[in-house]
Amino acid sequence: MMPDLGKYADAVLSAYAVSIIFLIAIVAASLITGRKARAALESVEAQEDQNDAH
Amino acid sequence: MASLWEYANPVKFLRTSERVLPALWILSAACLAVGLIWGFFFTPDDFRQGSTVKIIYLHVPSALMAINAWIMMLVASLVWLVRRHHVSALAAKAAAPVGVTMTLIALGTGAIWGQPMWGTYWAWDPRLTSFLILFLFYLGYMALWAAIEDPDSAADLTSVLCLVGSVFALLSRYAVLFWNQGLHQGASLSLDKEENVADVFYLPLLVCIAGFVFLFFALVLYRTGTEIRVRRARALTLRAARGA
Repeated sequence: MMPDLGKYADAVLSAYAVSIIFLIAIVAASLITGRKARAALESVEAQEDQNDAH
Repeated sequence: MASLWEYANPVKFLRTSERVLPALWILSAACLAVGLIWGFFFTPDDFRQGSTVKIIYLHVPSALMAINAWIMMLVASLVWLVRRHHVSALAAKAAAPVGVTMTLIALGTGAIWGQPMWGTYWAWDPRLTSFLILFLFYLGYMALWAAIEDPDSAADLTSVLCLVGSVFALLSRYAVLFWNQGLHQGASLSLDKEENVADVFYLPLLVCIAGFVFLFFALVLYRTGTEIRVRRARALTLRAARGA
């Protein structure tokens, strides 16, 4: 299944590895930051609702 | 049809982006999986470049998006400067880390390809140099956002920086046309059939480009939503502090 990359195997595989690592990193960082921001806003809004109720 | 300016309303923007995002994530994952598997496993070696031709499925789309991300930031910055819509300033801010990632991939894969083909990882070629300067502009843009506390002042100054950096974004694209002495070859995608890459590489390349475009839009929409939430939480916290 694996294609024969010949003498350039190291170059091709490292290019794919570097790119996939960067792509996964930006997606993961975005999702983690997004979830934290959503949770922080919900917490602040809940606090505000409590203050309004008092 | 709704006016584009309606999306300057953060609530409307969040509601619409949450409807669109699942489709964008799925399309980007599907196109990237199909394009990269097709390109890596099912295309032949090039008669000159050997198997290193498979690097174009990453290098060309990432380089394209590195430049287009800056152009998108330029448009959003101009909207901020002219119409003062906060969502546009936040969209520009959200796009910068995505753009810098694309620039890093383009520079990294280019260097890895360059060593066996040109005999060097790096050359001070016009296109490579203008791309490196674009990368530094991305870093400067993100540092400026982080350094200024007042969000409106940060948006003003980063918008001006974005206007200046646009010169290098355009140079990165057209440098090979301005100067002929560089190592970097001409555009891989051209309307001129003679200059284009061969069809066997072209179709998987188009699928990969579509994947990168969808991924870029998914990330920018998602990250803009994050910026809107951070801004809203900050505003509510400040209001509560003033009221206390």
